[in-house]
Amino acid sequence: MAENAAKSAQGAGENIRVLLAKVGLDGHDRGVKVVARALRDAGMDVVYSGLHRTPEEVVAAAVQEDVDVLGVSILSGAHMTVFPRVMKALDEHDAEDIIVAGGGVIPDDDVARLTEMGVQKILLQDTPPDEIVNAFRQLVAERGPR
Amino acid sequence: MSERVPSDELARRVREGNLRAAARLITRVEAGEDECRPALAELYRHTGHAHVVGITGVPGCGKSTLVSQLARTLRADGRRVGIVAIDPSSPFSGGAILGDRIRMSDLVEDPGVFIRSMATRGALGGLAKASLDAVDILDAAGFDTILIETVGVGQDEVDIVQAAQSTVVVSAPGLGDDIQAIKAGVLEIADIHVVSKADRADANRTVMELKTMLTMSMPSGPDQWYTPVVATSSEKCTGFDELRDAIDRHRAHLIDSGELENKRSEIAANRMLKIAEGIVREDFRREREADLADVLGRVSRRETDPHAGAVELLAVVNSRIRHESTADPVQ
Repeated sequence: MAENAAKSAQGAGENIRVLLAKVGLDGHDRGVKVVARALRDAGMDVVYSGLHRTPEEVVAAAVQEDVDVLGVSILSGAHMTVFPRVMKALDEHDAEDIIVAGGGVIPDDDVARLTEMGVQKILLQDTPPDEIVNAFRQLVAERGPR
Repeated sequence: MSERVPSDELARRVREGNLRAAARLITRVEAGEDECRPALAELYRHTGHAHVVGITGVPGCGKSTLVSQLARTLRADGRRVGIVAIDPSSPFSGGAILGDRIRMSDLVEDPGVFIRSMATRGALGGLAKASLDAVDILDAAGFDTILIETVGVGQDEVDIVQAAQSTVVVSAPGLGDDIQAIKAGVLEIADIHVVSKADRADANRTVMELKTMLTMSMPSGPDQWYTPVVATSSEKCTGFDELRDAIDRHRAHLIDSGELENKRSEIAANRMLKIAEGIVREDFRREREADLADVLGRVSRRETDPHAGAVELLAVVNSRIRHESTADPVQ
């Protein structure tokens, strides 16, 4: 009986944890809320940071929440300033196992540079919500258990 | 931490105050991983240092903001504060949006504060299944005060009182008259009442109504606890020193009266029973599926009534579980 309960409890461990963050002077949060809702509807636990965070705050929160994916939404054009600081802060927390994804309005050239920097997925502003759900699931599956 | 660290090693790091290890161990216990149970059992022996305070109240009454301000007040005294903030899971998808952190943003970079959001994942009563495991982990990591923020409760989700040593019930002004205040339920469980948003004009009335309610059940005798009503305003940053003092007085009262030990054993007993119920419920859920259709069909055709159907279902499931555990004890 106990073994059975334990087994089924293991099956419950599929919940993916995500922190969605808005960083800097960027008040456009409609998109991030739509994404939060889509991830929630896909069964994920989504922590939302609220507006106007610093990269360091966002990473500290991601570490405490021990999320699988840190998703940073940027529509202000400051991505080339924000993401290097996010990656540096993750490194300082010894938290490179947290997957970083970026979303918003980002030019193609910058996408390549961000990918090089270690941002594992960039989802541009026209990405359908289902695609974001699938991308997150795939990223977590590829990383494997930790 | 790129390679998987065994949970007993994480537990060792937790006891050294390593918060990254604490965060990971909470994830594992929340996911129901078997591998972390012995580590949790070991950590449990090193708990009991922290004062565990529950904060509860209806949705939107200001719990998260209050927790944030209270944590800042406790930090000013140099106390380390752990926060477990619980939000509801969707009953449909199982997912959750955890927004309590939004109100706690200025605490994030303080190493003396640790905030963890949790989803209820189907648990009723205002807490999540792993909430108290998370509290144990933070306790063992050396936090002095641990604040548990429940989901926004209705009128009778009172599990927090079986989990925290001091329970703070938050009421916002303007949410009902004095009859609401004498109804049974959440208001009865308070060790401390808080009226939030005290900068509002009608806050005084809420304070008076709560005080009037309390006079109806006034304790007698010098050793009794008199439930205080504290008015706080997060906007004007007032009332939080009083709230901290009220919490400290309640803890002193628990210790002086010897009630703390009773409360601790009550919390432990309730917790154990709840886990046992969870195991039974889970077994039942799994075992009943095959039998459900037959009984359900007869109940919906009105050949059997729901009560008799439930009894029948239980009998079938129980005999199967018993049969399984004798026939196949090791799986």
